Amino acid sequence: MSAATFERGYKAFKEQIDAPIAAYFSSCVSCGMCAEACLFFTETGDPKYTPIYKLEPLRKVWEQEYTLWGRLKALLGISKKLTDDELAEWQELIYGSCTMCGRCTMVCPVGNDLVYMIRKAREGMAAAGHAPPDIIVGTQRAITIGSATGVGLPTLQAQIRRIERETGMKIPMDVQGVEYMALLSSMEIMSFPEYLEALAKIMKYAGKTWTLSSEGFEATNAGVQIGVSEIAKELVMRIVKAAEKLQVKTVISPECGHAYGAIRWEGPNLIGRPFTFRVQHILEVLDEWREQGKLKTEGFEKARLTFHDPCQSVRRGGVIEQPRNLLKMVASHFVEMEDHGKMNWCCTGGGGVGAIEEAHELRTKAFNRKKTQLDALKVDKLVTSCANCRLVLEDGLEAYEMEMPVMGLTEMIAEHLKEEGEMEKDKGLYRFSEN
Amino acid sequence: MMTSIDFLSWVRGPVFIMATAIFVFGISLRLLEIVSLRRKPDYSAPRGSRMVGGMRTLFSRSMYDKSTFQRSAFTIVAGYIFHLGLFIVTFLSVPHILLFRELFGFDWFGLPTILIDAVTVITLLAMLVLLIHRLKNPVRRFLSTFENYVVWTVTFLPLLTGYMAYHHSVFPYPLMLGLHILSVEILMVVFPFTQLMHTFTLFMARWHTGANAGHRGIQV
Ligand code: HEM
Ligand code: SF4
Ligand code: SF4
Repeated sequence: MSAATFERGYKAFKEQIDAPIAAYFSSCVSCGMCAEACLFFTETGDPKYTPIYKLEPLRKVWEQEYTLWGRLKALLGISKKLTDDELAEWQELIYGSCTMCGRCTMVCPVGNDLVYMIRKAREGMAAAGHAPPDIIVGTQRAITIGSATGVGLPTLQAQIRRIERETGMKIPMDVQGVEYMALLSSMEIMSFPEYLEALAKIMKYAGKTWTLSSEGFEATNAGVQIGVSEIAKELVMRIVKAAEKLQVKTVISPECGHAYGAIRWEGPNLIGRPFTFRVQHILEVLDEWREQGKLKTEGFEKARLTFHDPCQSVRRGGVIEQPRNLLKMVASHFVEMEDHGKMNWCCTGGGGVGAIEEAHELRTKAFNRKKTQLDALKVDKLVTSCANCRLVLEDGLEAYEMEMPVMGLTEMIAEHLKEEGEMEKDKGLYRFSEN
Repeated sequence: MMTSIDFLSWVRGPVFIMATAIFVFGISLRLLEIVSLRRKPDYSAPRGSRMVGGMRTLFSRSMYDKSTFQRSAFTIVAGYIFHLGLFIVTFLSVPHILLFRELFGFDWFGLPTILIDAVTVITLLAMLVLLIHRLKNPVRRFLSTFENYVVWTVTFLPLLTGYMAYHHSVFPYPLMLGLHILSVEILMVVFPFTQLMHTFTLFMARWHTGANAGHRGIQV
């Protein structure tokens, strides 16, 4: 990152404005409905958390730079110029109280994609040096070490050795010409290595060839989070190079919703060309295999449980039905929250919010939304498919003294795979490879 | 001294031409400003159609899911009544249809005057309710600027003066009619430079949002 200044920030804001942004700002009628979609407003009642208000700096730049009327107003002193102090003040609104969950986008009556706007506003904020310090540190770690949390290859290798020792399975690394290359999120590597173990088990079960890459395994993208496309591009390129070097057909995004959005939807646009490989979310892959009969499970989770939709893979990512199909395979008492799927409420820790120390109190307060949803259902267990959601949910549940285990969906599927012996009895329907 | 008849022909003549010019030129300028900004191509592999998604959202955004409706029922219901009422009064009242015939050479069916009268009252009430809500609701008050109240006023006045002209109240008919026409002209002049532009731009907004979601295989 070159030195951040207000001028660079202003320029970045300007560069971000496109036809959708102009149409969105032109359309807002200050109806206030977006506030009711945002848990930072609903749980605090503070109007400053209204989504469209968070975009005030971007709106000013649009009005004063791209409309004749706005220029005139600025010239006559009717509207004020954007200032650096204003940006400093907006840091907590654009980062600290926006998880980029995109729920506001679903309700705006004129159709404004508010989170599209937030994503762009972050580019200006970061260039002006007004990203939160915690996020800046994370971004630097992503460049130097490999991930925002500071997890690098050595940690992954240690986890791989442990899993190999404990399970006797081999975790393939840097194997060329296989079908799938799997990505991980650093939180999975650190906090939920069960995911990697489950992945290896399922791959073996389905008889698929796969690999990790030592050069591109981290799927989370700190550049997308902070809003510096240059860095985001560099991080995506690591994956693209690795996938092209290993000549894989498909890259599998980990459960982490943010990672999925970053590689699946932003990735090609960051590098300015389509990928030469396909990108699929792990749940898309699993559901595809389920449909093809390659994934057979046995036994059911008996607990009354529900599914927390990770915003970026579900509402923003379009992997909506897959988790439900999969969950129904292994859970006999699966119930839905009142607002679920596309209308789900965020865990409160997406978009980098979970990593911002200063936002912790507000985040915990906002978690009351999830608590209310869960209380209404009286469930004993929560299933999700995102390591970040999972950490944040565990944190929130603890803060509200709610005893409720949180599980990852992929692991749950892996636990219920039909035994090897059973498989063979399955009239040899499935090819079973031993690697 | 200007008589009310002079006033009426003035607002029907030069003022009308001026207002129409600003209205048409202003709207074209605003739309051009938006369209000329373009957007970057999307290189990610599509899961669905931009076209289908865009078309869908143009309409689907006028419907609400249950929980969104419950949270904003007031704004939604009053907003619907006001917009429908405004549409009916503007395009289905006989005097207006006669004006359109004069201007564009074709006409369509009108509603009975008594019905238009009732709809006008309902629309005025819905607008008053929306204004009170805007002043009372913490979010709406917080978001509102001078512009919101200008927009409200210039929308309210034509309805009010139209109603008064029809009932020959306060001022004699020619003067009241002149005031009604003037209020519409004020609306037309203010229109392109305020949030009233949402009338046109919201279709662009919905289109972009729907198309982006459609590309990702999501219905919004
Ligand atoms: C194609 C035509 C139009 C559509 C689809 C449309 C749609 C909308 C929508 C979705 C809202 C936000 C929700 C609400 O508060 O009701 C809104 C608000 C508003 N519209 Fe329109 N509109 C149209 C035309 C107009 C026109 C012609 C006017 C005035 C001349 C107008 C004046 C307003 C006002 C004043 C508000 C804010 C109401 C409030 O205080 O909440 N609209 N419109
Ligand atoms: S994206 Fe989510 S957190 Fe951000 S403003 Fe919208 S509703 Fe609130
Ligand atoms: S919901 Fe849409 S129109 Fe209403 S205040 Fe928010 S951005 Fe503006």
